[in-house]
Amino acid sequence: MARIGVFICWCGENIARNVDVEKVAEEVGTLPGVRCSVTYKYLCSDPGQALIREKIVDERLDGVVVASCSPHMHLKTFRTAAQNAGLNAYLVEMANVREHCSWVHEDRDKATVKAIDLVRMAVAKVLRSHALEPIRVPVTKRAMVIGGGVAGIQAALDIADAGYHVVLVERDPSIGGKMAGLSETFPTLDCSQCILTPRMVEVGQHANITLHTYSEVEAVEGYLGNFKVSIRKKARYVDINKCNGCGECWNVCPSKKNLSEFDFNMGMRKAIYVPFPQAVPARPVIDNDACIKLTKGKCGLCEKKCQPGAINFDDKDELVTEEVGAVVIATGYKPYDIGKEQENAQLSGYGEYGYDEHKDVIDSLQFERIVSASGPTGGQIQRPSDGGEPKTVVFISCVGSRDDAKGLSYCSKICCMYTAKHAMLYKHKVHDGVAHVFYMDIRSGGKSYDEFVRRAIEQDEAQYHRGRVSKITGENGKLIVRGVDTLAGEPVTIEADLVVLATAMRPADGVRDLARKLNVGYDEFGFLSESHPKLRPVETNAAGVFVCGACQGPKDIPEAVAQASAAAAKVQVMFSRDELAREPEVARVDEQICAACFTCVRTCPYTAIEEAEIRDRNDKLVKRTARVNPGLCMGCGTCLAVCPSKSIDLEGFTEQQVYAEVESLV
Amino acid sequence: MAEYMDVLPNQLIRLVQLDRADKAMKADAVWQCVSCLTCSTRCPKSVDCAGVIDALRQLSVEYEVASPRQRRTVLFQKAFLQNIRRHGRLNELELIAVFKTRSFIKDLDIPFLFKDSMLAPKMIKRRKFHLTGESVEDRGVVDRIFERCMSA
Amino acid sequence: MEIGYYPGCALHGSSNDYEMSVRACLNVLDVQLRELDEWICCGATAAHALNRKLALALPARNLALAERNGMAEMLSPCPMCSMELIKAGQAVSQDAELRGELSEIVELEVHGSTSVLNLIQVFQKIGLDLLGKLGARSLEDFKPACYYGCLLTRPPETLRFDDCEQPNSMETILRAVGAEPVDWNYKTECCGAGMTMANEDTVLELSHRILTNAAAHGANCVVVACPMCHVNLDMKQADIERRYRVRHDMVVYYLSDLVGLALGLDEHSLGVDRHFVVKQ
Repeated sequence: MARIGVFICWCGENIARNVDVEKVAEEVGTLPGVRCSVTYKYLCSDPGQALIREKIVDERLDGVVVASCSPHMHLKTFRTAAQNAGLNAYLVEMANVREHCSWVHEDRDKATVKAIDLVRMAVAKVLRSHALEPIRVPVTKRAMVIGGGVAGIQAALDIADAGYHVVLVERDPSIGGKMAGLSETFPTLDCSQCILTPRMVEVGQHANITLHTYSEVEAVEGYLGNFKVSIRKKARYVDINKCNGCGECWNVCPSKKNLSEFDFNMGMRKAIYVPFPQAVPARPVIDNDACIKLTKGKCGLCEKKCQPGAINFDDKDELVTEEVGAVVIATGYKPYDIGKEQENAQLSGYGEYGYDEHKDVIDSLQFERIVSASGPTGGQIQRPSDGGEPKTVVFISCVGSRDDAKGLSYCSKICCMYTAKHAMLYKHKVHDGVAHVFYMDIRSGGKSYDEFVRRAIEQDEAQYHRGRVSKITGENGKLIVRGVDTLAGEPVTIEADLVVLATAMRPADGVRDLARKLNVGYDEFGFLSESHPKLRPVETNAAGVFVCGACQGPKDIPEAVAQASAAAAKVQVMFSRDELAREPEVARVDEQICAACFTCVRTCPYTAIEEAEIRDRNDKLVKRTARVNPGLCMGCGTCLAVCPSKSIDLEGFTEQQVYAEVESLV
Repeated sequence: MAEYMDVLPNQLIRLVQLDRADKAMKADAVWQCVSCLTCSTRCPKSVDCAGVIDALRQLSVEYEVASPRQRRTVLFQKAFLQNIRRHGRLNELELIAVFKTRSFIKDLDIPFLFKDSMLAPKMIKRRKFHLTGESVEDRGVVDRIFERCMSA
Repeated sequence: MEIGYYPGCALHGSSNDYEMSVRACLNVLDVQLRELDEWICCGATAAHALNRKLALALPARNLALAERNGMAEMLSPCPMCSMELIKAGQAVSQDAELRGELSEIVELEVHGSTSVLNLIQVFQKIGLDLLGKLGARSLEDFKPACYYGCLLTRPPETLRFDDCEQPNSMETILRAVGAEPVDWNYKTECCGAGMTMANEDTVLELSHRILTNAAAHGANCVVVACPMCHVNLDMKQADIERRYRVRHDMVVYYLSDLVGLALGLDEHSLGVDRHFVVKQ
């Protein structure tokens, strides 16, 4: 005979106000199998848990039902309490009589009846529960970080410094990301490269970091603690082990007119190039679309000049497999494009700003390169059209952000700050120039942030206009900017030499494909989904995969770095044990009756089921069967729904249990 | 048109949001708007700004609080509608005559009364001047349509 | 090809030169216009400014008549009329309750099934290749500034015609018949619309800016596809010149004028000699 203990929580007044908990206890106490049925004010408290432990021991309970709040809140608490009293944790069930009952109903009598039903269901379930043990999974104590921007660099360094090996995969020829291209960072106006490059060098020289640049993740197999990732190392045409970075090759390269990606198309580079002098690795790559030898079979000057003989025109992409236990995604962002061509119908370019056809209308990243001392103009502020010094610059905020009609609905968070920064950097270089900023709101909610914006207005005399710009047209070499100042209640027209648009922050290209490979979710904008927006910002719903930086949502450098360290900490938590425990509520196949139709294999969203064979001692095939990999299974139950032979069941939520719950209500 | 307006379009919308449509409908701006629809097209929240201004126009006439400085515009539009109601199609000469006369009665502005009269011979020469306009055969249905819409 | 035809009040009134131009041009292109019997005024600005229901009902009546006459497509050369017709048609096809209500008001069933086209769309239907092939007169001396005004492209969600910030459907047609349209900045800026009588100052200012910008960008004429714009830019040009003490000397053609000229028609049969500003 079963010995079930039922514990009903008052939760102060939260439950007791709308549910007569004593009545529930009384009614439930008469159910067959229920040994004791008590109430308590706050079961989650220490004395509450002590009560449960006491009763388990005194009454020799072999199952527990706690009728209280949502299992999301305290299932773990009660399971741990039971475990500590010697009862298997998975013989504990909860009935949610708070969120599902007292919080949503007003009629006390009816709510009490419903609470009794809910507890009855939980009793029916726990009567059929089995003791389960957490699934132990080995863990490979190596991590992969995808993306070598400031977030990826920080995460890699933290994990590597803790003594674990890290594989850092970066798509561009060098690590550094967008931060390497910035001029100065707010609010300190530190030189961006000066603070980043030491970290980059550390990554390049770290004994625990394997750096794959000019590489992308091709495929991912495996599960928490046991990932197998194949990486495509794109052909560089330069052997970085032989190359000594002398630069003879790019000095002689005749293919000069290639838009530099690092300069966001504000400058040119050669076909063989290092994206910027402080690149890590400081070794060139050959752009195979721009190289005359690779496209037309002529030239090859670089090869002739290269003393160590590092140029190899026969280079091919290479596939490398890395085995890691955890993956951190740090793929960063790209700016919104105001041009006419857009990737999907929800977005449309800004025709009123000229659809990216005015040479002197640029975006914020392009302005960073113009202002940067290592940029294509040597730090001199010049108009792209004629190289002249702009005396009037207009900065426009919220281009593409907060725009339901043609852009993205969210705020990109950093633009108010960097626009103030741009206005300041401009004024510091062009003393007789005037910066105008058109804004809707000022978002400057960090440490010293608002003071920074005030400095731009008060010390550097930036003219801030509260209002949008409705149209930009080009007349006689000037840009006519028509906007409004709603605080004054007047339209404002400015003849500008240069216009800088604060374009929205979007996740980098290819992030959706990468997310699918790793089973990570993403929102409608492509930002990767964290497990919980408040309490679990760097974990994802894919066990063992973490996110940090702008790929998870718009943020500035301090936040990206903080998230990176957080993700690294999570990885170190994983690696601190030799085995990882997973919840045992996973699917299990009764291999004897499985018909091997493999519908479940095709349906499983986590590719957790494989086709297996049962062979006898003589290695003769007895039968085929589906087999669940308990390391990958997330317990969603889809396989149960599609199995025609009913040979698959979900531990902790068996068919028997579910039917019993339903029948208990009838 | 914003440079001529006493209250900017975004302020009109704000007044309506604050339940102060009574103030908004008295603005000159409401009748200065030419319905170019640029506002609704550019709005990032897809607010039909021009539609709100149309509604304010309608209300300003209903409550008889349309700005006196915009009297001519209001007179013109009212005369236009009356004209169509009568004939089903616009009779330009009749409209101009009615509009100019009613304008004159209100403001006794003689130059305005005769201002466009020099246009008449030029239009006649170009066969753009019609002494009478067209009418539809079934004028009754037009009148009934008007009646149903304006009495609701 | 035969197509329904809704002239609107302007084309039968003081802008009858526009109708003459359209008829002459389409006739050469073998397009028969079947005028909508018993059409009524679309309501223009007055209706939407004074009574919302009327602004839907008047066009709805015309759509119902078109449907009754079995017109699948209908040309409306005036963009105000075409915009109101399309707007009413969409409202009716998307809202069953409104459809019922308007059908009662206009005493005819209306479904919004007739497709309303503007002049540019009709030329596009005829086909640019054909227009180019039939060209009989060279237009290489014409450097038009194509002026779209407000209602050919706005509101974009309703009309879904051309790009509302940088349209080029007219330019494409004119290039196909050999003209050289210029790139300029006032393609869709309002001319002042129906304020001509009541608020002339506004019209003169706005239209003056348009003509000035066209000239500044090298245009030697302006092309429109709206009778109201034509009045403000052409008939009022003398007033603009007087007010601002400039000479614009800018001929304003209808789109059908230039296409007609390219096809070999003479200015008289297109009604070009009835404009206020004529070529020097």
